[in-house]
Amino acid sequence: MNKVKQKDLILYSGLIILGLAAPYLFSAFKVQLTYLCVLIVLAMTWNLQGGEMGYNTFGNILFYGLGMYLTASVQVGMFFPLAEWTESGGEKTFVHTTAQYFQGIGVGLLVSAIIPAIIAGAIGYAILGLRGHYFAICTLGLGIAAGEIAGGIEIIGAGQGFTTPPFPAEIVDTEARGKFFYFLSFALLIGTFVFVKYIYGSRFKLILNAIRDNEDKAEAMGIQTMKYKITGWMCSAFFCGLAGGIMGGLIGYIDSTDVAFDGREMGVFMVLMAILGGKGTLWGPVIGATLFHFFKEGLWTLILGWQYVALGVLIVVIVIYFPEGLMGWLREKYPERFGEVIDEKDRKAQVELK
Amino acid sequence: MDFLIFKAPMLMVQASLDGILLGILFALIAYGMALQWGVMNIINIAQGDLVILGGYIAYTMYLVGIHPAWGVIVSPIIMYFVGVLLYKLVINKVVDRDLFISILATFGIAIVFQQLMNFIFGADVVVAQSEYGTTMLFDNSVTLPNSKIFSAFISVLYAVALVIYMKKSRLGRAIRATAQNARAAKILGVDTEKVYAATFGINAALCGIAGALISITLTLHPYVGLPYTVRSFMIVIVAGLGNLPAVALSGMGLGLFEEFADYILGTEFRIGAVFMLLVFILVYRRFKLSKKREYLK
Repeated sequence: MNKVKQKDLILYSGLIILGLAAPYLFSAFKVQLTYLCVLIVLAMTWNLQGGEMGYNTFGNILFYGLGMYLTASVQVGMFFPLAEWTESGGEKTFVHTTAQYFQGIGVGLLVSAIIPAIIAGAIGYAILGLRGHYFAICTLGLGIAAGEIAGGIEIIGAGQGFTTPPFPAEIVDTEARGKFFYFLSFALLIGTFVFVKYIYGSRFKLILNAIRDNEDKAEAMGIQTMKYKITGWMCSAFFCGLAGGIMGGLIGYIDSTDVAFDGREMGVFMVLMAILGGKGTLWGPVIGATLFHFFKEGLWTLILGWQYVALGVLIVVIVIYFPEGLMGWLREKYPERFGEVIDEKDRKAQVELK
Repeated sequence: MDFLIFKAPMLMVQASLDGILLGILFALIAYGMALQWGVMNIINIAQGDLVILGGYIAYTMYLVGIHPAWGVIVSPIIMYFVGVLLYKLVINKVVDRDLFISILATFGIAIVFQQLMNFIFGADVVVAQSEYGTTMLFDNSVTLPNSKIFSAFISVLYAVALVIYMKKSRLGRAIRATAQNARAAKILGVDTEKVYAATFGINAALCGIAGALISITLTLHPYVGLPYTVRSFMIVIVAGLGNLPAVALSGMGLGLFEEFADYILGTEFRIGAVFMLLVFILVYRRFKLSKKREYLK
């Protein structure tokens, strides 16, 4: 047991060192690395929902988009009138000082974590009572409705979009912006991973699994399923909101349907990444997101214009042929590695039966 | 309440007529949705994109110089084969599996369709001109495009024809038998694989008809498929599977809701209102059902 722990320690410290060194080693790819961190966070939080709880949601994009708008709105609204900023070219008339910028983004991120979590809690009782595919379609509707509605609200830029505050010009170092957002997202990634790992060792995860496997039975056993479902969703919303806030600052421009409530890209990506890696595992979403990101960045430029066709085909192939994902496949292949003991007699009997 | 629609009652008549005529069209798409859901137990997110593809077939005919109204005959024939092909390639692997798998797989198909249509037909909003003129009612205060009346008429015609076909023909009976109990149907000699392919083909053909009608009454764009999927989904869950009069009624209800939402909330919130209605219907249904089930509280 001790040996395993030591192995883990080496693995984690290695990964953290790699993560900290990455922006210096691959300094041209800082934006991509930030993306990767955010994608992993999204995949891991989706996995809490879809993988552990069995509630396949398309709606986490709602919290992501909310976080994006909230961070930007708070960052602007703290110092300047929001309506004038979004009206036209506000970023040219009003300029954040360095201190204002960082204060703004700090408070904005705080708000963008808390408000989506509160909203998730508020609508959770109604939405999480739906089961199976009804839940999937309902959350899909929620995400798209949010995008359409945000596209009609004047104060956050409506259809013409919302330009987030530019990085303060007083900082001369051209690398600073990339580094700032990378380390922010890396910190978020570590926070999310530690949190999810803590959940994986707790009773809470077992309860979520019980809900996934048979909700009625879990309820009959005396578990207040609704309470745990809402808690799980609030956790997801918390991290999704943060991820959205960071992404908004990084992209620098928020469009209601193409950037924030981007159900066609981000909303599908998080489901796909979690399934690709293997849902219901700790490392699956991490591996899935990394693979997916490399595949996307590598192939996207080669097949310019055809990337959505490739994405669609990829979804169909993964869903139909690899519903268990990479980790599921490995688990089937090397069950001992996952701590599963195989009864040889039983296995032989099974083979004979076949 | 300071809305234009409450000041001018004629606008209400206008909205109601528009809504009902549009609703009949939605009901036709929803009927296809109910058919495949009931028979094959899949939810097809690509439904709306099949509709749009059908519309583009009619639009292509219009570009070539044939009157787009002929699309209601040509488009279903082409779409039937598209549907069967789609079934052979993908759908046959998701029948009998978890519904979420069918949702995701058809989501993938929807993305492929959208992008291919974007390549072939361009990203512009297009409409095929039927040049049917308009009918004026009530002292010219209500205008009704004849193409909308035509489309409602054709929808009803096809729906009635399909109901008769399902009742009387051999294939129709086989489809209904498979819907009731696929296993028993198989034992009694029904080739369920063929039935599934035909069902999906018929669904695609219905989408083709609806699409051809949409190309002359509304507008086409490669990325507007999803709202049609959601509308048909909504109609089916309100009406239930295999209840045709209810499908027609709730289709009209949805059409009315949309037209009124358009006037009251403004056109920019129209699609948003449709999706919010979906959420409300599902949540309402959840509370209604949870009263019947005796959960431990």
